Amino acid sequence: MTLKINNPGLATSIQDLGRQGYFHLGIPMGGAMDRFALRAANMLVGNDEGAACLEAVFMGPEIEFTRTATVAVTGAQLPIKVDGEIQEAWSSFVVKAGQTLSFEFLQSGARLYIAVSGGITTPKALGSRSTYPIGALGGVEGRAVQAGDELPTGGDEGPGAGRFVSENLRRMPGSPAILRVLPGLYWHRLTEAAGNGFFEDEWMVAPEADRMGYRFKGGRPLEFVDREQPFGAGADPSNIVDGCYSYGSIQVPGGTEPIVLHRDAVSGGGYFTLGAIISADMDLIGQLQPHTPVKFERVDMRAAIAARNDRKLLLQKIREELA
Amino acid sequence: MKTRYTFGGDEHVYIEMDDEMSLDAFFKSLSMSNAVRDARIEGVTEICPANASFQVRFDPDVIHPDDIMTRIKELEHKAESAEKRLTTRIVEIPVYYQDPWTHETLMRFRERHQDPNGTDLDYAAKINGFSTVEEFIEAHHSQPWFVSMVGFVAGLPFLYQLVERDKQLQVPKYLRPRTDTPKLTVGYGGCFSCIYSVRGAGGYQMFGVTPMPIYDPEQKVSHLKDFMVFFKPGDIVKWKPINRAEYDAITAAVEDGSYVPRIAEVEFDLDEFNADMRGTNAKMLEALNDA
Repeated sequence: MTLKINNPGLATSIQDLGRQGYFHLGIPMGGAMDRFALRAANMLVGNDEGAACLEAVFMGPEIEFTRTATVAVTGAQLPIKVDGEIQEAWSSFVVKAGQTLSFEFLQSGARLYIAVSGGITTPKALGSRSTYPIGALGGVEGRAVQAGDELPTGGDEGPGAGRFVSENLRRMPGSPAILRVLPGLYWHRLTEAAGNGFFEDEWMVAPEADRMGYRFKGGRPLEFVDREQPFGAGADPSNIVDGCYSYGSIQVPGGTEPIVLHRDAVSGGGYFTLGAIISADMDLIGQLQPHTPVKFERVDMRAAIAARNDRKLLLQKIREELA
Repeated sequence: MKTRYTFGGDEHVYIEMDDEMSLDAFFKSLSMSNAVRDARIEGVTEICPANASFQVRFDPDVIHPDDIMTRIKELEHKAESAEKRLTTRIVEIPVYYQDPWTHETLMRFRERHQDPNGTDLDYAAKINGFSTVEEFIEAHHSQPWFVSMVGFVAGLPFLYQLVERDKQLQVPKYLRPRTDTPKLTVGYGGCFSCIYSVRGAGGYQMFGVTPMPIYDPEQKVSHLKDFMVFFKPGDIVKWKPINRAEYDAITAAVEDGSYVPRIAEVEFDLDEFNADMRGTNAKMLEALNDA
């Protein structure tokens, strides 16, 4: 045991890059909401990029180390302390056996990633250590971290202090946050005016924002093209015959509040989706606090792939910087 | 029935066989998703069949979205010529209708329901033209069901009843979804029945509960030792009404590891079924009774 959880913070969970291949059984991919930050944290402490870390939301945990390790914290910004002494974010530092890692109040962003050299080594479930509480998979016996938990780690001391990710290579959302959308799926259900309005309006992150999905409010209600509802779909114009949901797809139940489905989302259901957030921007959503203003920006496939390549290039630059 | 192809972001292709539910659409979707699996296209990471559609997840770093779209479209003719025939199993699922746990839950969320003065079954019976709840329950369990999709949450089956369209039961979902549903609730929404594999939020009407677990991440339950999820698309289900004493007996048997679900292997041929629905069902139920 190397990590003793004195205080779990708020919904702190073990996450890696998630599990693949079980979506057709209703088991979501899971994994870090901000995979970019998780990869960077792991690189800083010399781990495989997909090693399991702690993902904490809005508030940091308090952790006592029983073995010396290299540690890095990325993602949301908040003062990081080791036995009361302030440490740099997006940088590696050493926590010695017997010392305590703690945090002060959140300053910006929403999710922080705590990587420890050797990674967290709780048992894998279906190929991943990611916590999926609804299905009681991964994490600590299928749940989030609690006070009193003792988490095993790989145990090596890592590369030590002094490694860092340059500020220009870090990626966090602006304000308003711009989220790029590829229209598709059931986009044809919307009237042209409603489709345009969705992109013109400014939205705001609603309080209902978690690992399953992010809800947005503040824009005009969306109007649907008139039709007789198909057999089996349900009476509401936003209903469809239940189908699969894409990662990042945007559903708008009743046409009022868009919900972007994230890592722990339900795998399918009966609401129309108007398209999906491009893969390059999904990490940014993980860093949005409630009440953050958001603009959705319409892009085509070419722009989506270009953005994906930009994100890959940024990760490659971090790899080279830390090599 | 006209197939519609679209992208879900830059990592998914979504293929809708039809916008309305039918077994023809389901079979075409299943055949085509199997054809995509058999084609072993490099870059494909997940293939998820649904009721009348399916989704392919891919890695755009490996295959360009336009290329995978072309490859999938080329496979449509295979689905059209595929046999609409399955070797599958029929499973008897015991259901305790009007149980105390779903009753407590539906009363707790009454203000989110279309009819705050009755139960979910009262409402479902009424809007489907039955004069009593008992007659509605009889219609729900007398003919078998087809698992047309697994998903929403871990291991949850969507089921479609094997009867003529004008005999299909239809109910809307709750006006606003509940934040709680008892584990193993037998639910209903649109033309689909479901079993809530885990406790949690839900919008389907609640009719009863089964004592038979269908999801076990620890794989301790005897019939879930090989894999944690029980259902797969193509399974056929027969609900068996049980009372409280039978519910308690099965629950005890599940706990001591002696419960064995009643299952029989059957062939399901869509053309044969369409030609004689009641006859095909009777044959499958006979196989189940012999098991």
